[in-house]
Parts: sequence; structure tokens; C-alpha cells
Amino acid sequence: MSPVVSQPALRVTGLRKAYQDVVAVNGLDLEVRPGECFGLLGPNGAGKTTTVEICEGLTAPDAGDVELLGMHWSSDADQLRQRLGIQLQDTQLSEKLTVFETLRLFRSFFGQGPDASESIRLVQLEEKKNSRVGNLSGGQKQRLALACALVGDPDFLFLDEPTTGLDPQARRQLWDLIEQFKSSGRTILLTTHYMDEAERLCERVAIMDNGRQIALGSPRELIASTCAEHMVAFSAGAKASALDIPALRKIEGVRDVRSENGNVEMQVTELHLAVPALLAELTRQNIPLTELSTHSATLEDVFVSLTGRHLRDQ
Amino acid sequence: MSETTAIPDVQARATERKAPRGKTFAEHPLVQLTIVRFLETLREPEALFWIFAFPILLAGGLGIAFRNRPAEVLKIAAITPQLTQSLEQEKLLSVELLDMPSAEEALRTGKIALLAVPGVNGAIVYRYDDTNPEGRNARMLADRAVQQAAGRVDPVRSSDVVMREPGSRYIDFLIPGLLGMNLMGSAIWGMGFTVVDMRRKKLLKRLIATPMPKQYFLLSYVLSRILMLVAEVGIVLGFGAWIFHVPVRGSLLSLALVCLLGSLTFSAMGLLLASRAKTIEAASGLMNAVMLPMWIASGVFFSAQRFPDVVQPIIKALPLTAAIDALRANMLQGANFVQLAPQMAVLSAWLLICFVLALKLFRWR
Repeated sequence: MSPVVSQPALRVTGLRKAYQDVVAVNGLDLEVRPGECFGLLGPNGAGKTTTVEICEGLTAPDAGDVELLGMHWSSDADQLRQRLGIQLQDTQLSEKLTVFETLRLFRSFFGQGPDASESIRLVQLEEKKNSRVGNLSGGQKQRLALACALVGDPDFLFLDEPTTGLDPQARRQLWDLIEQFKSSGRTILLTTHYMDEAERLCERVAIMDNGRQIALGSPRELIASTCAEHMVAFSAGAKASALDIPALRKIEGVRDVRSENGNVEMQVTELHLAVPALLAELTRQNIPLTELSTHSATLEDVFVSLTGRHLRDQ
Repeated sequence: MSETTAIPDVQARATERKAPRGKTFAEHPLVQLTIVRFLETLREPEALFWIFAFPILLAGGLGIAFRNRPAEVLKIAAITPQLTQSLEQEKLLSVELLDMPSAEEALRTGKIALLAVPGVNGAIVYRYDDTNPEGRNARMLADRAVQQAAGRVDPVRSSDVVMREPGSRYIDFLIPGLLGMNLMGSAIWGMGFTVVDMRRKKLLKRLIATPMPKQYFLLSYVLSRILMLVAEVGIVLGFGAWIFHVPVRGSLLSLALVCLLGSLTFSAMGLLLASRAKTIEAASGLMNAVMLPMWIASGVFFSAQRFPDVVQPIIKALPLTAAIDALRANMLQGANFVQLAPQMAVLSAWLLICFVLALKLFRWR
């Protein structure tokens, strides 16, 4: 990591943006350190894309300040553009051009950076070099979009939902590429509504909801601070209404219990104590147990415990 | 960049950003944008059809339908060999010798335009339908032949000079009209559709997220338009000259200038029409609403003079009217550049107004 004295790569203070009657970003402060991959997490409509587009100089904020690589959009736009790599959410590149022609075009806008062929190699699209963009798969298109963002050898990389809509294999492939670029010392700001993506790629994450930041920290810290380490889920089936939830809360090692349509989710600190006790309690209440499962707590669980909603509920 | 694909680490990055090396001609953003624009047009088969094949098919079809026929030979009949012989002196008549019943039948059914029958005392009776122009024509020609065969000498000697020169036929009128229509269509569609499509796909937004100089984006459209223009104009003019011998009497330089100014004017209109639209449907509605009145009123297929005098000033002020009038004046009357000044002024005014408005209204997203 770079020394603590270095100033942040991105500093956002008091950011506010409203569209007609919808407040997209409502007083946001952020700091991204040089060389880190910072994740902006939240459900659709949380204000992530608006925030990123303001940072990218594509949208003017109603209020607040953005300082990027020590510069400001109002005075240093040309210099900033040369040093940023940007991947926008669902841009469709021209389908009539080949991969090579597309990258050669984007490369021509920048003063430095790898040439088109080298960029193609970096995102492993060599065999598609002369294919039309219209004939690429979703994952290949996203890798091309990433190459377009990297073609100017940027110091700061914005990735807005880079894996949305991709199948699991294509997502993992893209993650590998992003991890590779992380190790090269670029600062990355990544937005996503996939918690596993943030856990895998980001050193620190900020969770956004309704245009505000509701949590900040490393994925581990967030999980440790807001909920227990383990999650236990089970279904009470037809007898759900008979379930005595307060009794479950009293079990040793259980931090919180949440129930929805007969599906129960429990935050648990000590799994080896809580599970036997849960089984005994359910037997006492005469509830037949179906679908018991446990998993380590994730950022998804953090979001649920903070907002009471699941991320994909919209 | 280093010679390996290894990426410099975090410490190296701060010092590594060196001064950009010089770019070759092909690496210049304007050259790249123009190449890409040109390639995209070439790879759009539908667009190529409308720009290149359509005007040729239209010119070919209309040129054949409205071609000038040689003067027609009229069919008539006579019932005596002597009369037939006198009438055959007239080259524009084709005379048949028939007996009376079949001659009457042929006249009734319109197979012949006139029937010549000997009357009393060496007189001749012409039987024909006087409401039929062919019949009246045949009457005049037949009587002249008969009178001359009988020894009439005209008091005034006359002779004919036949005019069938290129330049006064319908196809000569049509080719400059089609050329003007093509200039307008390819510029407005070429500009409008691609810009709106790029806005819809957020590609415009992606481009302004790069350091691309914005004026290059516009300039690349102009340059690729000029490249296409050479091909478009060349094909239509070449086709007209080769198949129908349509003349170009004015200077090629002023013809090129008219085409260039026209194309720029219509491109500016296309840019204006596409400055805000977010869907192809909205853009096509606007473009058709602007182009349709000009297709009708600007004299592509028939002279704009046919419209009433009151609307003539309006028609004359339309950019397509100005372009077509200038093309016709150059190609058919051999007008020089000074004589084309009024039309050029109209086009320049439209260019200026549309371009300034387009720049004011244009949205990249």
C-alpha cells in the first residue's frame, strides 16, 4: 500500500443531485485511496451510477465537490480525461466495427497507452480481433468495454456494473482480469449490486441506499461490525404460524432473528452452540424442520441487516 | 510502454506518465473517426442501396418510360391501286390496299386512321373520325400527298431541321432532380440516423467520456460525407451520361461546389433534426416531415413552376429547390458560377442557420 501521507485519489464532499422530483444522490461523502479498489454497493436506484457519472465529469452535481487525482472538472477537464479509464453501464459499441477497429479508434484519443493489439491481448480477445462487435458474446463485449477503458493506460479506472447480465463463467473471467489490473497500481472505483463481486475485488466498500452512504469499511469489517459471523436459515413449512420467534431469540449465541413467510433467518455468533439449541427448541415447540442451512455471513446479509430489504428486491 | 505485457506497479506509475509520443497520420483521432464513419456506412447494405442503387433504378425506369419516340407512322387504307400509289409518296403514312368491306371494318375498329375512296369526277373522299387527332393528321398528310402527286407546286419552298438533341428531354430534366434528391436524402439520413442511433446506444456518452476533441467528431462526419459524395454524384452523373447522354454543359468545378454546398447544408439540417431525438422513430418522423414537402414542391420529377405563383417565393427559398435549380442551370444551360449565386446564397443561409441552431441544441446524451 502507498504511504498514508498521499492524498486521496478521489474525494467527494457533500454531493447532491436531483432529477425532477427524485433525489438520486443526497449528501454523499467519499474518499478513495490511491491504488485501492473501492466498491460502491447498493440496490438498483441507490444512486450509484449518478454518483459515478458525476465523478466522471459526465453529469453536473446540484451541490458538492469532486476532487479527482488532485484536480477538478471545472478547471482541468482535458488533463483528467487523459488519465481516466471509464466503463459506462450498458454502452453498446458500434456493431459494424471489428474489435481491432474499435480499440484503434479509442486509442487515437489518448496520448499514451498500449496499442490496439496489446489491449486486445490484455483482455484475452486475440481470437476475436477481426470479428465484428455485433458477433461477440455478452462476456466478450464486456471485456472489449474494459479494454476501451484501459487503452489510455489510466491512473483511475471507473467500472460501472461491469458484470451485470453475464453468466457465472464470464463474470469470473472478468474478475480475473480486473484483479490483474488491480495489481498494477491503478485506483479503481467499482459499482455493483453483486455482493460477491465486491467481496472478491474490493479493499473497501461503501454501501449506498436512497442516495446516501449507510456503511463504509472493508468487507470483513462490515460483516463483523453489523452482524454475526454465521447465518442460519430454515423453513417452518405449514406450521410457521405456530412458531415462537421470541423464544428463538433467547437461544445462546443468536444475535437476531428475522422471519418472512415461514422462512426464518438467524444471525449467529457461535454456530456449534446455537444449532443444537435451535433443534431442541423446535422439537419443544413441535415444529417440523425443513431446509436447514448455514453459511458465513456476506455483504448481502449486512445489507439486509441495515435496511431490512434484500438487494435484488428493487 | 515496456516491451513485455507486464504492467508497471504502483510506485512506478507516478513517474511513468511520460510525454505522449508523436502520432502517425493514421493514428490521428480525426483520421480514425473518419475511417470508422466511412466503414460503418460501407457496412450498411440498406444505406448503400438507397444511396447508390435507388437513384439509378429510378432514373433508368423513368428514363425508359418517358423516352422520346420517333415520329409515328400513321396507318391508312385506300381501295384503288392508283390512289395507294399516290399516297405512298408520303413517308409518314403506311398505306394498305383493301377492298371496300374490309377497309370499312378496319376504319371502324381503329386499325387504320383514314380511308381514301375515289369520288365522282376524279374527286377523292376521305373517311375518318375528326375527333381523333390521328385521323385529322392523316387527313392533312394524305391530302398533301394526293395534291402533290397530281402536280401541285407550293408557292413557298420550305425545308425542315429536326431537333432531337440531349438537354431538352425528360431524362435531362430528371437526372439533376434525382441528384438533388439524393444529396438531401443521404446527408439528412446519414447524419440523422447515425447520431440518434449512437445517442440511443449511449455511444455518444461513451465518446465524450474519452479525451476525444468534440469538434473532430463533427468534422469526421463532414469528411466522410465528402468521400461518399464523390461516389454518389459520380455514379448518378456517370449513369446519366453513359446510358442517356445527359449533358454537363457548365464547369465541373462549379458543379462540384454546388454538390458540396448542398451536401453540407443538408448535413447541417440532419444534425439539427438529430440534435435532441432519443429514438429512431422520433428522428425518422422529424426527417420525413422535413423532406416530404421538398420532394413534392422542389421540382424533382416535374417543374416547380407548376405550383401557383403565390407559393413560388416559398418554394424558391427551400434548400432542395435551390440545389436542384443550380444543378439544372449548370448541367443543362451551362450556367457559370456567378449565375448560380442566388441559389448558392439560399443554400448558404440554410447551412448557417441550421448549423448554429444544431450546435446550440445538440445533446450528447
